[in-house]
Amino acid sequence: MREVVVGLGSCGIAAGGLAVQQRFKELLESGKERVTLKETGCIGLCYREVLVEVFEDGRRRTLYGEMTPERVDRIVFEHLLQGKVVGEWAVDREEVLARQKRIVLRNCGEIDPSRIEEYRARGGYQALEKAVTGMTPEQVIETIADSGLRGRGGAGFPTGTKWRLARASEDEHKYVICNADEGDPGAFMDRSVLEGDPHSVVEGMAIAGYAIGAGEGYIYIRAEYPLAIRRLRGAVVGAGEKGFLGRNLFGSGFDFSIRLKEGAGAFVCGEETALIASIEGKRGMPRVRPPFPTEAGLWGHPTCINNVETLANVAWIISHRAEAFRSYGTENSKGTKVFALAGKVRRGGLVEVPMGTSINEIIYGIGGGTVSGGPFKAVQMGGPSGGCIPASLGDTPIDYEQITATGAIMGSGGMVVMDESTCMVDVARFFLSFTQNESCGKCTFCRIGTKRMLEILERICTGRGKPEDLATLAELGEQIKASSLCGLGQTATNPVLTTLRYFHDEYEVHIHEGKCPAKVCLALVDFGIDPERCNGCGLCSKACDAGAIRGEINEVHRIDRSKCVRCGKCITVCNRDAVWKG
Amino acid sequence: MVTDAENVMEIVMPAFGRMLWRHSGEPGMLIPLLQAAQDSYAYVPPLAIEQIAEATGIPASEVFGVITFYKQFRLKPPGKHIIRVCKGTACHVLGADMIAQTVEEELGIVRDETSGDGLFTFLEVACLGCCSLAPVVMIDEQAYGCLTPRKLRGVLRRFRRKADQAA
Repeated sequence: MREVVVGLGSCGIAAGGLAVQQRFKELLESGKERVTLKETGCIGLCYREVLVEVFEDGRRRTLYGEMTPERVDRIVFEHLLQGKVVGEWAVDREEVLARQKRIVLRNCGEIDPSRIEEYRARGGYQALEKAVTGMTPEQVIETIADSGLRGRGGAGFPTGTKWRLARASEDEHKYVICNADEGDPGAFMDRSVLEGDPHSVVEGMAIAGYAIGAGEGYIYIRAEYPLAIRRLRGAVVGAGEKGFLGRNLFGSGFDFSIRLKEGAGAFVCGEETALIASIEGKRGMPRVRPPFPTEAGLWGHPTCINNVETLANVAWIISHRAEAFRSYGTENSKGTKVFALAGKVRRGGLVEVPMGTSINEIIYGIGGGTVSGGPFKAVQMGGPSGGCIPASLGDTPIDYEQITATGAIMGSGGMVVMDESTCMVDVARFFLSFTQNESCGKCTFCRIGTKRMLEILERICTGRGKPEDLATLAELGEQIKASSLCGLGQTATNPVLTTLRYFHDEYEVHIHEGKCPAKVCLALVDFGIDPERCNGCGLCSKACDAGAIRGEINEVHRIDRSKCVRCGKCITVCNRDAVWKG
Repeated sequence: MVTDAENVMEIVMPAFGRMLWRHSGEPGMLIPLLQAAQDSYAYVPPLAIEQIAEATGIPASEVFGVITFYKQFRLKPPGKHIIRVCKGTACHVLGADMIAQTVEEELGIVRDETSGDGLFTFLEVACLGCCSLAPVVMIDEQAYGCLTPRKLRGVLRRFRRKADQAA
């Protein structure tokens, strides 16, 4: 049976996937092509969205990119009716996928996430059955420990150790929590897994519950991910109907149920004690550890908190054994890691590589290099808690310890590529304004220190920096690290400290020469109007509050630099993209 | 067993009222109740705060503290359309500031404000998660990607024209 599969993850939908699906529906319903129309989650090649895959008899597959409702007609008439592949829109999957190893993403883009049968057909819930009917909880924990799996939320704590601690805490009630509060800007791995393969997370949670002796699980998920919530809810209900959740799973006497809790928009709730406070209905503020959640967590009971990606690995490890997982990776970092590759990279998307792959390999080999074709300047890893790794360290392998040695962190998996047109001072300011805004306010250094640092960075970006600012930034940065209770404050200054370390010159040029080499900081660049493009419409002169733009209607306008306050308004109003900055 | 009273509630009360009605003192329900109130009224009205405080036994001041802690909750009614400008990393390096400025220019409001005609509320959000389409703006449930100031202006004007035609 031939199939047409439309990629309907969030980015597929954002790019217009539903209209493409609708057009296929219209054409295929009326025709006699005998083709099944299906949907799937994120296929991973986000830079070519909307993606559509055509499967012919014998499972020969063709992937099409940049689909629009208009282009659907040609796919139907040429490919489905006449059997001719439409070469110009076909995407070479191998170019991107050949260098990857998909464990977490094993089903993403392959199955319809809303149909539990498709997950079953690829071995789904067999690991749970194997665990609860054929293994003791201790054996499950040993397998996970033996695999070398470490927490994929960023910190890299060994999962087996965490489970062992939770198992050892004696209590009638224990909980498993799936941390799906993916808050790092620039990271969308967890969302894609939840949208594309929700059952793998549900199964991982049930296995974790069996291992530690918990009967109940919570998934704490960002409210900003409506599609992921819908698919997860469907998966939990579906698994319950088939007997993979609920009472007496596989006749083993083990009970496990899952509830969803929607977050309400607070970055700090990704921290485990804050997350617990939020599930309990309180302000999400972290508390002192110990006691760790594995001793006293939700409602005071032992709680094991794992990240989405960690849990999505679990069923695979149980099915394939620890050795298979351990065969990928470096000495201390085993298995694979999923990254959300974005920014100024040609082939952005969702990638999963074995640990040990170098940063260069990901950016050039998989990502196809930068948009401009030049070398990349830095790559930001770990979001607001991470740092900027310069191109000179591009050979660094993906490994918890080696990434930490650069000053960045592995983090949850955001990887934002930056090139010459990115200002590193501006990037540091951007991240600090984020964490400053998201600080819960409990620790003085995090609350006030980040604010003071932000003020200094804002001054530097507007050309009012002082020579002593850099030393103050470094000093404050270290103090905030040392004096904050939770990971948010302890890592908040990493973006500033790493850029100070690797891009010191750029700070100096801002302060001493009053220039922004990347031409990003508006106060430090010049504006002009391209006479070739300007049609003299007058919009810019009307918008300019400083009265710096002059020109007759229908004639080329000019900017008087002595009056220009460099606000950038003229750029946003121009209908012909005629205003330049440089 | 569904009682008649509950049947009536199903018909006349919004989701928030039903949830409040059924609230059984289970712990941890404060945030779901606030979410239901906002789903029903598009913001959390003062009356809902009182009702939630009464139903849960949590003092209204503490309920208020939770509301202001989380970004999701609004204490004022929003405009007809909610514009969320993504300020994520990928969007930032590809010009999100310019996009936000375009919204300000076009609508004459700054973030967290609602336009005078009640048509738009302008919010900035940390990350919408469609990084490969950066810079992105989401209007209600629809994302608009790979924007330039000019493209965004066109989108906003289409919304305005549609509203004018309807009026």
